[in-house]
Amino acid sequence: MTGVIIAGAAETDQIGRLPDHSTLQLHVEGALNAVADAGLSLRDIDGIATVSAPGPVQVAHALGITPRWIDGTGVGGTSFLLHVRHAAAAIRAGYARTVLITHGESGRSRVGASRYRMEASSPVGQFEVPYGVFGPTTTFTIPLLRYMKEFGLTHEQLAYVAVAQRRWAAKNPRAAYRDPVTVEDVLASRIVAYPFHLLECCLVTDGGGALVVTSAERAGSFPKPAVHVLGTGESSETPMISQMADFTESAAFRLAGRAAFAEARIGVADVDHLMIYDAFAHVPIYGLEALGFTAKGEAGAFIADGNTEPGGSLPLNTNGGGLSYTHTGMYGMFAIQEGVRQLRGEAAAQVGSPQISVILGNGGMFATAGVLVLGRQPG
Amino acid sequence: MTAKPVPVPTPETQPFWDGCAAGELRLQRCADCGRPYFYPRPVCPACGSRHVEWFTASGRATLYSYVINHRPAPGFEDDAPYAIAVVELDEGPRMMTSIVGLPATPEALQLDMPLQVRFEPRGDVSLPVFGPVR
Repeated sequence: MTGVIIAGAAETDQIGRLPDHSTLQLHVEGALNAVADAGLSLRDIDGIATVSAPGPVQVAHALGITPRWIDGTGVGGTSFLLHVRHAAAAIRAGYARTVLITHGESGRSRVGASRYRMEASSPVGQFEVPYGVFGPTTTFTIPLLRYMKEFGLTHEQLAYVAVAQRRWAAKNPRAAYRDPVTVEDVLASRIVAYPFHLLECCLVTDGGGALVVTSAERAGSFPKPAVHVLGTGESSETPMISQMADFTESAAFRLAGRAAFAEARIGVADVDHLMIYDAFAHVPIYGLEALGFTAKGEAGAFIADGNTEPGGSLPLNTNGGGLSYTHTGMYGMFAIQEGVRQLRGEAAAQVGSPQISVILGNGGMFATAGVLVLGRQPG
Repeated sequence: MTAKPVPVPTPETQPFWDGCAAGELRLQRCADCGRPYFYPRPVCPACGSRHVEWFTASGRATLYSYVINHRPAPGFEDDAPYAIAVVELDEGPRMMTSIVGLPATPEALQLDMPLQVRFEPRGDVSLPVFGPVR
């Protein structure tokens, strides 16, 4: 138990293509929506957490917040899961009472967005960039052929990940892509970086969202049902995909998951709903195995057998995921939002009345991981 | 067209790039625990020792994993589609590299196939790349 709850959670009014919003404005809009969702005002916020850029100082100032606690942890798309974990510790320590965690990213329109640049003298700049890597499609994807050879994962099973998630997206009016696709459609989409086809790669969108985290002692004093943070975990492995210790598994996923499940005192059988950051179709496969939902090498078949799609035993990425819902660049915030919606019973593709939702966030290219165990009850 | 990116050595990596210029793949290993490692840095990642030394690797490797990239990085437009590979050196460490002398096709690029280092000029450095064993 962490002793904290998510009291407010919201996304920006719209997601997708928003050329009239800067990165900063997406943070601001998400923040205002989340604070309103919690029934609070900005004056109630005394802690701020977000990634750079624009960073917590800029976001706090834009909102007129003078914080007494700041977290600028920026370790990629999972950062917001780490912010929840760090906020829990700060609230327990008395360093803050009500923490606002924001995300905003003009990933598609690039309005007021920082430029991606890798120093030529950094380890990545010296030992990876010279070989023609160019963003996640050329790096995050590299481990998979080794996994396919070791465990017999087929191209069709990989494609099915996108098929299953599109079935969730079809139920979600906010999802970017909602039309059903087949394995044949996925395999017929153009190759981006073999063995990956376009429909096995995430979207690139604009959007944002925010969370309000506070003490569980205040549960019941907000308009929406409290979502209890039952367990948390974080880890990192490598900033260079070429130096990942084993291309068939993520050590960071495994370590973060183990910590979160232990803190929450749960096992995989207790999980009713699952979100796994899906920048590419193989990431849910690595995630299911790292968290222990399947044995190593079996997650591709588990998904292809229908277990994670609507009607299956383990609802996974029920918003449609980064593949079909939205992916601004740092998708972790949206994975948390869907977990909160499911536990509140207000998701577009609601899966009954789940008691426990687990969120696995990825940062960089298997570089970092965060896991949250969220619950409808205090635990 | 944009030029391909050129690595900029740091004091810690300069001996590696000096080796490439001399036609040698130089790695480091720990003088205390014996473990070879890559990328260059003056501390052993296995045991934390600062007592590390350079040695010349065999240049032999096997193909560990790769992608065939169809969306070229700036400077690589004429190369696409091209393989971005990770090789496992016979000494144990892995490194990213390009594959030369073989078509960029799944049929030509079989995992675990033996490869050998060679060096290509890139700006003011020599870049290690891998191709078929000569």
